[in-house]
Amino acid sequence: MSEEEKIGVYICHCGHNIAGTVDVEGVAEWAKSLPNVTVSKDYKFMCSSLGQELIEEDIAEQGLSRVVVAACSPHMHEPTFRGACSRAGLNPYLFEMANIREHASWVHQDDGEAATEKAKSIVSGAVSRARELEPLEPFRAPIDETTLVVGGGIAGINTALEIANAGYKVILVEREPSIGGHMAQFDKTFPTLDCSACILTPKMFDVGNHPNIELMTYSEVEQVDGYVGNFTVRIRKKARMIDVDLCTGCGDCWERCPAKVVDTVYEAGLGYRTAVYRPFPQAVPKYPVIDTESCIYFKNGRCRACEKFCPTDAIKFDQEDEIIVTSVGNIVLATGYDLFDSRRLPQYGYGRLANVFTSLEFERMTNASGPTDGKVLLRDGVTEPKSVAILHCIGSRDKNTNDYCSAICCMAALKFAHLVKEKTDAEVYNFYIDMRTAPKDYETFYNRLMQEGTHFIRGRAAEVTDAARKPEEVGKLIVQAEDTLIGKQRRIPVDMVILMAGMQPRHDSQEVSHRFGIGCSDAGFFNESHPKLDPIATMNAGIFIAGVCQGPKDIPASVSQGAAAASRVLSLIGKGEVEIEPVRAHIDEDRCSGCRICNNLCPYNAIDFLEDLAVSRVNPALCKGCGTCVAACPSQVIDGQHYTFNSIMSQIEGLLWDVRPNGEEKVTFQKTEPV
Amino acid sequence: MPKTSERGLFEQVMAETPGGETLITCLQCGTCGGSCPSGADMDSTPRRLFALLSAGMDKDVLESNTPWYCVSCYYCTVRCPQDIPITDLMYAIKQKAIQAGKYHQDSHAAFSESFIGYVERYGRSFEFGLATRYHLTHHPLSMLRKGGLGFSMMRKGRLNVTPEKINNLPQLTAILKEAKRIARQEA
Amino acid sequence: MENSRTYTYYPGCSLQATAHAYDESMQAVNKQLGLTFNEIDDWNCCGATEYFSVDALPAYSLVARNLSLAVQSNGSQDLVAPCSACFLNLRKTNDYMSKYKDLNSQVNQALAAGGLSYEAGALNVRHLLDVVIEDVGLEQIKTKVTKPLSGIKVAPYYGCLIVRPETGYNTEYPTHLDELMVTLGADVVDFPMKTHCCGGHMTQISEETAYELIRRLLQNASDYGADAIVTLCPMCQLNLDAYQNEVNRMFGTNFHIPVLFFTQLMGIAFGLSENALGLGSEIIPAGPALAKIGTVDEQKTRERPKRRDKKALPMPSMDSGGNE
Ligand SMILES: Cc1cc2nc3c(=O)[nH]c(=O)nc-3n(C[C@H](O)[C@H](O)[C@H](O)COP(=O)(O)OP(=O)(O)OC[C@H]3O[C@@H](n4cnc5c(N)ncnc54)[C@H](O)[C@@H]3O)c2cc1C
Ligand code: SF4
Ligand code: SF4
Ligand code: SF4
Ligand code: SF4
Ligand code: SF4
Ligand code: SF4
Repeated sequence: MSEEEKIGVYICHCGHNIAGTVDVEGVAEWAKSLPNVTVSKDYKFMCSSLGQELIEEDIAEQGLSRVVVAACSPHMHEPTFRGACSRAGLNPYLFEMANIREHASWVHQDDGEAATEKAKSIVSGAVSRARELEPLEPFRAPIDETTLVVGGGIAGINTALEIANAGYKVILVEREPSIGGHMAQFDKTFPTLDCSACILTPKMFDVGNHPNIELMTYSEVEQVDGYVGNFTVRIRKKARMIDVDLCTGCGDCWERCPAKVVDTVYEAGLGYRTAVYRPFPQAVPKYPVIDTESCIYFKNGRCRACEKFCPTDAIKFDQEDEIIVTSVGNIVLATGYDLFDSRRLPQYGYGRLANVFTSLEFERMTNASGPTDGKVLLRDGVTEPKSVAILHCIGSRDKNTNDYCSAICCMAALKFAHLVKEKTDAEVYNFYIDMRTAPKDYETFYNRLMQEGTHFIRGRAAEVTDAARKPEEVGKLIVQAEDTLIGKQRRIPVDMVILMAGMQPRHDSQEVSHRFGIGCSDAGFFNESHPKLDPIATMNAGIFIAGVCQGPKDIPASVSQGAAAASRVLSLIGKGEVEIEPVRAHIDEDRCSGCRICNNLCPYNAIDFLEDLAVSRVNPALCKGCGTCVAACPSQVIDGQHYTFNSIMSQIEGLLWDVRPNGEEKVTFQKTEPV
Repeated sequence: MPKTSERGLFEQVMAETPGGETLITCLQCGTCGGSCPSGADMDSTPRRLFALLSAGMDKDVLESNTPWYCVSCYYCTVRCPQDIPITDLMYAIKQKAIQAGKYHQDSHAAFSESFIGYVERYGRSFEFGLATRYHLTHHPLSMLRKGGLGFSMMRKGRLNVTPEKINNLPQLTAILKEAKRIARQEA
Repeated sequence: MENSRTYTYYPGCSLQATAHAYDESMQAVNKQLGLTFNEIDDWNCCGATEYFSVDALPAYSLVARNLSLAVQSNGSQDLVAPCSACFLNLRKTNDYMSKYKDLNSQVNQALAAGGLSYEAGALNVRHLLDVVIEDVGLEQIKTKVTKPLSGIKVAPYYGCLIVRPETGYNTEYPTHLDELMVTLGADVVDFPMKTHCCGGHMTQISEETAYELIRRLLQNASDYGADAIVTLCPMCQLNLDAYQNEVNRMFGTNFHIPVLFFTQLMGIAFGLSENALGLGSEIIPAGPALAKIGTVDEQKTRERPKRRDKKALPMPSMDSGGNE
């Protein structure tokens, strides 16, 4: 610690957020008594330009060598104040932020005195730590101009097109045989009821033919290494068993294929497909794949009908998975959602009662190219229903399943009510808790449905049963619910029930989030870096998210988020290089015993063992500064830059400024020699 | 508007039910009312009863027949999207109604009390005594009609005419007495 | 090879009187399955649903006395109850005492007045059916079947309290009793009302309410062609059996569906004598239904298995998902 440091301390009011609880003037006054503090001030909004200028002036005029701002979270404004220091010529890593909002005023709103005392401790800790800080320089690295987009639903498609149209390369990786995602399954989209295929197909076509887009369908990303601007990804291209250079997409193969299975992906279980199949006519790319699990030849060695009939000899039963390793500068995840599994709620009878359908089954049913050619029919495939119940909030807003609102299913339910009315003479009953139709023009659509004569029953359906109580219920599905606006239980006999199953994170979203090093919520939606100001970036620089993988939303919102992710990627590419935080581990090689304990612990494989010198060395480009190795080293010769042993111990000493365990002395720790 | 006393019935019922504090998050979705097998006989559905309770309409709640028609099937409890222990809350409301002496005329407080009487006196329940005593005092006519049923039950050895009694009744009595004392002191 | 298994046992009041057939058939079946039940010494009534309605804390304490005595008996940690209401009360008290600290200390304070105490969670409270299915297992049960129940159509009736509020089984559509019946060779009918209420104590209080609930169950079982209803709870058996004629009188219906305990049907399938199984004590005689055992359902043999209609849409698969 150098005695001659000059530290400036700034206590922010944050309007009423901090000053309403913490005695900010008092803390500022008190901080003047801390060693090396030359300036201590409080100000209404430190993040405002006036607040920042205050810091800049003091650095220039008073010759401050360290700056501490006590305000909100560093996550929010550390970059702001580091910028102010830089502008005034002070190395930005000599700035330290103390969080007295989330850590003091907000959590102790009912006890101002305690909050003030705690704020003092936090400031004292920050000042002690500031004294130990060392100037650092960020790393700079060039940005690879190629972007990886994972997931080819409407969000991913839009991201890819925006970037590609700006003139940069995109690799689009899609797990299924075709891009399109859920939107490709729909017939009409709310609230305008325009035809889903008509607006989606041209975009899919563009993706398939864009010179800047390399499309990899039936593929998945297996591994991701590196850091913003310089990722290395490993992609597995699953064997299609089709030579796409020869295939013309003529369809002779699937027309002859004798193996029929229920298509649980594209047809949502409502229709069949063959073992060699193209999920739908407008698929991009147009080539089929052979699903080896249902192919007869792969099961018992006989058949090969497709091979016999293929006019171009494109069927290749011996094709193997291909592994592609490539580098990209940025990554956008747009992996979408899974539909809630209605079998988890047996009270609604899905899977037992034939005429209970899920929302996606109904989407396929109304689709002109679906299993019923767009007719609304019961499970027997011939009878038109005379009455239909649509049950909202299936698996959503329920602590027993998913506790969040799926956001789109009220509107989808209205869309369905309209389509049933349009295609049949059936009475339609919507059972809802709250009608959520907030975005632009959605309420108009709700009004339109009321005019169409749909029955709205305010009450979450309790059960669907085929146990008749009265003659008129025999042979029907009875929906039992409380009509809460009347306050009475009602039993409505209907022919068909549609369950508005909600959207939930992909079954493998936890795994995927680990693979890409980003966080996800308990439910499994990917975490954004800030819920309001940055719903696009993640905590892992260079990795962005778009569409429903971030949270439930409709198509317009998915499209916007996709475009936003593209613009973030483009602005990084435009900059040409990235600055990387110099918060890194460093090994004192003179003292390293060569035990190699740290080597395998590092989650980013950033530590190499130098065989000739028999010591370990950190690769600063790969190290993320997590500190795992620092804590693990038995010789204590690894130190984290910016989070050195001494800086942390000093901070703890500062925090405990008023604690006197043995009556007299302050708490102090043994410091080490700087590494 | 009815006045809400400092700690109204709503707060009391929540405090006296294990896990009952969740009632404050009731969505008024009606799943409970829709699920209830006795819904048709209740003057308010469980949902509506909770709305009355949170609105501070204590008198309506205490006089409602709703909890007395609850058959403890727990359908509401397992289906409630907010994990509210509805069946237990029904018990708590019954207790409050008994304490306030305000319960609904359809209530079977007397039945419960004679059942408890037997348990407290013998340590075991006594179906024969219970049925006769309760029905003789409350539904004498139906008792006559059901005499035949009782007779076949007895013939098939399915009704004991004398109650069973546990050995250590004083121990049970002491436990119940102490439990009642604690309950009173908590209230 | 058969292990003999020992459990601590709580019979409950009704097994001695209204449900003595359950008691007898259980004893007979236990012998076959190598199950030994050690009855808790001097147990008391579980309070049914009545005690909780009037006085919660004494009700929990009443149940806790049984838990405490069960621990004192130094036997198995598994406490078995054959009656669903007893099972629920014992299990719920055990769970709530673990979950809610205040309740735990108040109940223990009350127990102390009788020189007792109970450490919440010390016991694992289980229903008889669970022990039979999970511990003995369907495979072993199958080896005991000498007289398969083919020809009789049974509606498996669970009632409320064996699955709710929380026992780990599906709270809406359990299937373990169905599976047991299939193992015994019976024809099991789908029974949508399988976990609906039997009317509980309402038979004593409001006939209109109770009889309607019973009617719904009988109607549904008969709509699905059941020859008999099989149950696992004395209260359910009593309500559906003893009040069936009352229901017929009130609604002008004509139900004659015998209601048997699952242990009785197990005994029959194991070839035990009707006497040992308490058969004959039911109000709706089971004879005609039981006479169907061993016969072949003619209608079923005549009907060729229907080919799936070409136009029909596929049914969702129930292979995965569902029960969580
Ligand atoms: C029944 C229903 C009806 C709806 N109707 C409408 C409507 O009318 N109007 C409207 O605006 N919105 C509607 N929506 C909402 C709409 O579906 C979504 O907003 C939109 O589809 C989200 O697009 P996405 O690209 O985020 O996700 P998705 O469409 O799910 O696409 C994600 C893609 O990523 C792929 N993928 C997933 N994981 C991986 C992986 N690990 N690697 C590679 N690829 C992967 C998937 O195969 C898929 O192609 C409806 C939703 C439902 C459930
Ligand atoms: S038959 Fe051959 S060319 Fe035609 S779609 Fe199939 S693989 Fe392609
Ligand atoms: S070999 Fe397989 S994919 Fe080809 S036609 Fe036969 S079953 Fe279909
Ligand atoms: S959008 Fe509507 S149906 Fe969907 S979860 Fe929300 S409230 Fe329920
Ligand atoms: S701090 Fe250590 S363990 Fe963590 S990433 Fe860097 S080298 Fe690896
Ligand atoms: S089910 Fe639960 S949330 Fe819904 S109305 Fe009833 S108590 Fe309230
Ligand atoms: S537990 Fe009571 S209130 Fe709840 S559904 Fe059953 S009868 Fe109705």
